[in-house]
Amino acid sequence: MREPNAHTVKSFDDDIALLRSIISRMGGLCEAQIVGAVDALVTRNMDAAARVVAEDARIDALEAEAEALAVKIIALRAPLANDLREIVAALKIAGVLERIGDYAKNIAKRASVVAQAPPIGPVIIVPEMARVVVSMIRDVLDAFVDRDVDLARAVCERDRGVDDFYNSLFRSLLTFMMENPHYITPSTHLLFVAKNLERIGDHATSVGEMVHFAVTGEHLTDRPKSDDTSTYLNKSSDDAGFSDEP
Amino acid sequence: MTGFSPNAVLSPDDREPTNWQSARMRRRVEARYRAELFFKLAGLGALLLAGAFLAFLLFTIVRDGASGFRHSEVRISVQFSPQLLGIDPVAASGPDAAAVIRRGDYVGLMQATTAQLGLPVDVVSEGAWLALRRAVTDDPRVLGTTRTLWVPVTSSIDLLAKGKFDLARPAISRGISDRDVAAWRSLESRGLLRMRFNSLFMTEADSTAPELAGIAGAALGSLLTVLVALGLAFPIGVMAAVYLEEFAPRNRWTDMIEVSINNLAAVPSIIFGLLGLAVFLNFFNMPRSAPVVGGATLALMTMPVIVIAARLAIKAVPPSIRDAGLGIGASPIQLVFHHILPIALPGIMTGSIIGTARALGETAPLLLIGMRAFVTDVPQGFASPATVLPVQIFLWSDDVQRGFVEKTSAAIIVLLVVLLLLNSVAIYLRNRYERQL
Amino acid sequence: MTEVSANRPEMGVAAPLKISARNVSVFYGAKQALKNVSLDVSSEQVTAFIGPSGCGKSTFLRCFNRMNDTIDTARVTGEIRLDGRDINSPDMDVVQLRARVGMVFQKPNPFPKSIYENIAYGPRIHGLARGKVELDEIVENALRRAGLWDEAKDRLGESGTALSGGQQQRLCIARAIAVDPEVILMDEPCSALDPIATAKIEELIDDLRGRYAIVIVTHNMQQAARVSQKTAFFHLGSMVEYGDTSMIFTNPVQRRTKDYITGRYG
Repeated sequence: MREPNAHTVKSFDDDIALLRSIISRMGGLCEAQIVGAVDALVTRNMDAAARVVAEDARIDALEAEAEALAVKIIALRAPLANDLREIVAALKIAGVLERIGDYAKNIAKRASVVAQAPPIGPVIIVPEMARVVVSMIRDVLDAFVDRDVDLARAVCERDRGVDDFYNSLFRSLLTFMMENPHYITPSTHLLFVAKNLERIGDHATSVGEMVHFAVTGEHLTDRPKSDDTSTYLNKSSDDAGFSDEP
Repeated sequence: MTGFSPNAVLSPDDREPTNWQSARMRRRVEARYRAELFFKLAGLGALLLAGAFLAFLLFTIVRDGASGFRHSEVRISVQFSPQLLGIDPVAASGPDAAAVIRRGDYVGLMQATTAQLGLPVDVVSEGAWLALRRAVTDDPRVLGTTRTLWVPVTSSIDLLAKGKFDLARPAISRGISDRDVAAWRSLESRGLLRMRFNSLFMTEADSTAPELAGIAGAALGSLLTVLVALGLAFPIGVMAAVYLEEFAPRNRWTDMIEVSINNLAAVPSIIFGLLGLAVFLNFFNMPRSAPVVGGATLALMTMPVIVIAARLAIKAVPPSIRDAGLGIGASPIQLVFHHILPIALPGIMTGSIIGTARALGETAPLLLIGMRAFVTDVPQGFASPATVLPVQIFLWSDDVQRGFVEKTSAAIIVLLVVLLLLNSVAIYLRNRYERQL
Repeated sequence: MTEVSANRPEMGVAAPLKISARNVSVFYGAKQALKNVSLDVSSEQVTAFIGPSGCGKSTFLRCFNRMNDTIDTARVTGEIRLDGRDINSPDMDVVQLRARVGMVFQKPNPFPKSIYENIAYGPRIHGLARGKVELDEIVENALRRAGLWDEAKDRLGESGTALSGGQQQRLCIARAIAVDPEVILMDEPCSALDPIATAKIEELIDDLRGRYAIVIVTHNMQQAARVSQKTAFFHLGSMVEYGDTSMIFTNPVQRRTKDYITGRYG
């Protein structure tokens, strides 16, 4: 749903457009970071991984810029109703994107470690999971720019797929670790990578909820949690990895 | 609805930048300065012309009237002999003393006294014997003594003393007989004449003899008349204005009334005289020439002025005051008397005073209702015959006796002073009114 | 949909109903300035009327104390009830109505009398005090409640017009309070005042809210947002939306309301 008419004071529109463009750029950077990190992981390229780690500083800088701009708009323009909700959402989304960037950096760091060990099988699943997550980020930010609640809601549903990916990766890694005990170190790192991607998916979902609230003023009903790793118990071990999801 | 796009503003590139220093512009500026100078000079010229007329008027009046405030007195030596007066000295100190004293023959005593001056003409005023009577009434002990008194001279001697005659001209065209001139010279040379402030002018009413004529009667008559006029016109006028502004509905009738009142203020005053004659004198049979009738007639004339001034003053009360009063729950009557009238009052009073000043100067309507009679007594009340200052001036200006020339101008000076005072009060009130809100 | 009634209370018990207006229209001659407005005003609450110039909010406000009666060409239809009684019926005394429903105007308008007289005038003409002592008490209470006592107590004999703008407005509020009204109407009370004076008046409104029903018309949306619990948005003579202030300013229902408060005037 677009806002067809502009503010009487055009510079207000300019400010909001600037804020949205910062968010878009952050989103683009996050996508590139995730893709780059996962590529580095799969191709075992330590230089690429190092570049990803260095690039994260740009996302942090953009987040600071977005925050400053949002505060300035609130102070100077006193936005109300949908304008206010959108600014607050932009502020929160910038924070979320910054955390997503941190997860991507973390994946890149672990990629360096994994690259030093022999390659392991379950790593194949990761790029697919990353693709889904990246598309979620792209779509949810499109939904934010276009104020498209339907797209936002659709993105929230896709999180289930990400959770499925995570569950399957978790099981296969556990099995792999049990069968190949000397690959426990790289496998554990891979587990964390999978966890990071799953968390990125959750964050994309929460961005979708923020978009919904910004546009409609109402909250999405509770999103489904299909991450069942906390309930899964391997019959041969006492504790499975606990998901930190409530 | 199209938005306002900043790019649609006329771009100043289409116009040449204006050269304010060019020859054409300089000529325009000079032409403008010339026009303004001309305008200023024209205004100043008009002012000076008006001022010159005013100065001439004042000069003429003061020159002619200043002498009216002085008069000459002659010194006589009076022997207050009871025999000549025909007063019994015993009775003069008895219980009926005042009446006895009053019945004395002061005229005869005066004649006897002036005979001593040895002059062929009367030099003492015909009313001078009143001074003798006053001397005895004030202090009966003068009876039997000789006193020196200064009494007013006749008008001829007075005018000679003031130099009002051109003595170089021949007797026929001079306006005064040789015997009067000789008498005056004689008195002058004997040092028997003096010039003093003419208190009679202020205290006496009209008289056939110019030296005895005063404006007291006319002044009091004016005062009584104006009091009646104001006493009638002010309450009626203010209440009418209040009703028209606050309570009357806005329809054709009230519009007609408003137009009628505005036109009434422009009606010539003599018409009101006719109205007064027809209604007050002929229909109601009110006493002719009395201040009550004169006042009523002037009230008819002043009321439209007061109504108009009051309406303007009431209209000028800021609507915020009305809102405040209404908002607190004041009834319409409370609004008028507690808020609107107090604020409008200075404006109303300014208008009333101006109307009163106008009424004070009116002659024509009062002539028509008979206040032109020759009234020698100061009026005793509102119903006794009286005259007013402008009418008195008119009557004196018509009189053949030369002595009245200076009296006319002196009376004009008095009237102008009174009007000036009234208008100053009006201006003071108006300034206070402007300052207050 | 031309009206949204206040059916989304944020918390707790609904405040007692004070004024209820139903289908109120106002005509100036042939021109209709107000079209079929219905809303409720509750006690112990501040209700704000917002909207662009000429939208009818001041006209509607003036219906509550029948100030439109003073305009010859004005005609009011519909029903307005104060505590259940129709205020336009012939047996409602308009003078007493105006004591029960007080008004504060845009430009402070103290009487050109002393501060004491300004406050005492209302109680005096309505016969609310039985003697000078009681009148003094009423004056002091009104000034205290308006937050003007400390500044005015040594100057009660001075003219009311000698005060500053903000003080004058507080004086006018004290004057309205002195007759112990039930409703206070405020027509843009702060538009002629500087920010500090405005803040003091807003604080005063907050204080007074507990005792009176207050209705405030304002151009300043931030003020309406700060000061009121219920807000009604007027546009071109109609009431577009009426609801809790927080909802109106964070998530209004009507498109026109949203456009107005976000500054999208087209």
